[in-house]
Amino acid sequence: MSVLQRDPQDQVRVLDEDGTVVGEVPDIDDETLVDMYRNMRLARHFDTRAVSLQRQGRMGTYPPLSGQEGAQIGSAIALEEDDWMVPSYREHGAALLRGLPLKQTLLYWMGHEKGNEMPEGVNLFPPAVPIASQIPHATGAGWSFKLRGEEDKAVLCYFGDGATSEGDFHEGLNFAGVFDTPNVFFCNNNQWAISVPRERQTASETIAQKAAAYGIDGVQVDGMDPLAVYAVTKAALEKARNPGEGEGRPTLIEAVQYRFGAHTTADDPTVYRDDEEVEKWKAKDPIPRLEAFLRETGRLDDEKVEEIEAEIKQRVADAIEAAESDPRPEPSDMFDYAYDERTPEIQAQYEEFEALREKVGDEGFLRE
Amino acid sequence: MSAQNLTIVQAVRDGLYTEMNLDDEVLVMGEDVGKNGGVFRATEGLWDEFGDDRVIDTPLAESGIIGTAVGMAAMGLKPVPEIQFSGFMYPGFDQIVSHMSRFRTRTRGRYTLPMVLRAPYGGGIRAPESHSESKEMFYAHEAGLKVVIPSTPYDTKGLLISAIRDPDPVVFLEPKLIYRAFRGEVPEEDYTVPIGEAAVRREGSDVSVFTYGAMTRPTLEAVENLEEEGIDAEVVDLRSISPLDRETIVESFKKTGRAVVVHEAPKTGGLGGEITAIIQEEALLYQEAPVKRVAGYDVPYPLYALEDYYLPSVARVEDGIREAVNF
Repeated sequence: MSVLQRDPQDQVRVLDEDGTVVGEVPDIDDETLVDMYRNMRLARHFDTRAVSLQRQGRMGTYPPLSGQEGAQIGSAIALEEDDWMVPSYREHGAALLRGLPLKQTLLYWMGHEKGNEMPEGVNLFPPAVPIASQIPHATGAGWSFKLRGEEDKAVLCYFGDGATSEGDFHEGLNFAGVFDTPNVFFCNNNQWAISVPRERQTASETIAQKAAAYGIDGVQVDGMDPLAVYAVTKAALEKARNPGEGEGRPTLIEAVQYRFGAHTTADDPTVYRDDEEVEKWKAKDPIPRLEAFLRETGRLDDEKVEEIEAEIKQRVADAIEAAESDPRPEPSDMFDYAYDERTPEIQAQYEEFEALREKVGDEGFLRE
Repeated sequence: MSAQNLTIVQAVRDGLYTEMNLDDEVLVMGEDVGKNGGVFRATEGLWDEFGDDRVIDTPLAESGIIGTAVGMAAMGLKPVPEIQFSGFMYPGFDQIVSHMSRFRTRTRGRYTLPMVLRAPYGGGIRAPESHSESKEMFYAHEAGLKVVIPSTPYDTKGLLISAIRDPDPVVFLEPKLIYRAFRGEVPEEDYTVPIGEAAVRREGSDVSVFTYGAMTRPTLEAVENLEEEGIDAEVVDLRSISPLDRETIVESFKKTGRAVVVHEAPKTGGLGGEITAIIQEEALLYQEAPVKRVAGYDVPYPLYALEDYYLPSVARVEDGIREAVNF
């Protein structure tokens, strides 16, 4: 029976907080399991370094992901090559798995639009900042696959618990239900929408149960259990591509988790939540949990862990080096992408800009 | 080319039909656009012709309609979503300004949105509240969008086909006051009218009158009446308000030295101010009189008992032109 066939309030779990198996371990090869661990460690280390770069003034405001590696990596690793990912603005780990180099994530948060220039063949939408606004896009993308008969493609869309309060959440899921589109809606319920708790977003007992309102499947999963996340996402994506008799394609997954840090580097979470709560959730940290399981089952040892540690540190250091040594964007860039061709007005403004630049130099524009 | 005698709304339908026939990627979506053929009949018969997958009746949800069209267009389809009345575009406004206009810039051209957002707009049809406003400047102010407003059946079809073929997203506003006010010749074949080029509807030497959409008609009528008074006015129909055909505006003004702008949008922040600024920037020394704006008032659009007082009338346009000429 599919892992999706259950009450939306019945949370899917595979690993206990100490890594003990308490559910059905998904069918997943050793290499992928270790890869999952490697990428979670990579995402955590990247995140720590990114926050530090922001604190040092080397990067702009940044939304940290620590605590959410299990949900991001566990779900993204379930995608097939032709599937698409539609992220919010916090899925740096998931985007990495989809093929977006870390350097580009850094560039984006360093204020370069080049960070969003997806390499050819990377099936990823750019991060969406207005809350929930990417959800209808995901439905539209899935819908386009269905209309074109491209039935081997599904779309995985991420958003937070706050997004479920927005109209676009409702409209996106409602369209998906009505048109039976190949979509997996993945709610990273990290308990806080900046400073407002999940209880202030909805009086629903779970977010997963909202699926019933749209006539689609809803499932709640322990979002800090990467194996459980993998199992439900894999099943939901398979159903989206190839639903069984009488089954609908779309699924709403509620991954229950916690963000350890701030919403972004611009807020201070100690103002709105207490240490006790944070400690309680830190005990569920997805990384040691998976590590314990992998060590217990002989898939990981000290030597391998050290090797992974060295590797991820190098990768993040290289990405930071690459991002920081990337040439600053050309000022003329801002005139180049508004339209396929510059309009006469934009062309005139560009020429005026270049003439002034010639006259006053770049220092005539720069504040620092 | 063989031609038909069509109204503007029939030309919309003909443009959609023509382009859907030529390009399988084009689809129409919105509320009541399918079986019902659209509340103004702009999509009449398309559902019978192209079926459920290309003429899609959606749930009643403007953000959903525009937002899913963004996703489709990013994947290469050419959706033409219809919003039933422009007064109902606001629930989808976030999708228009946060995504539809910005997707190309945000991704440095990696994803483009070849979509056309259609809506009937403007007043004068004795419609209920929220059905008559003229808020085209919201969209003209937003970089990344093109904003097209036709005033003749021929232009409607040609501009709509251009909009559908345009790689960038277009807001296509249809002046519903003149949806059925008159007929004009429209070729049966496909043809285009370029976006960003104004049309000189009448040549004249005393004053330039700039207008677009439904106001083109009272303007032309006013100008005709003033001919008897010896005023020879030039009428420029802008056709697209973004991009704006500055060249034709400036050229016309240099010839006449006087300008009147006529639009039904509120005066403050309306296109009249923009045209005045263009004239100041590029033709100040040709100026013989202040630019006169004949526009909607800066008040909420009144219920229809008063809408005739709100909308520029032939007499108001005449008065404005006289003022510019007699300064």
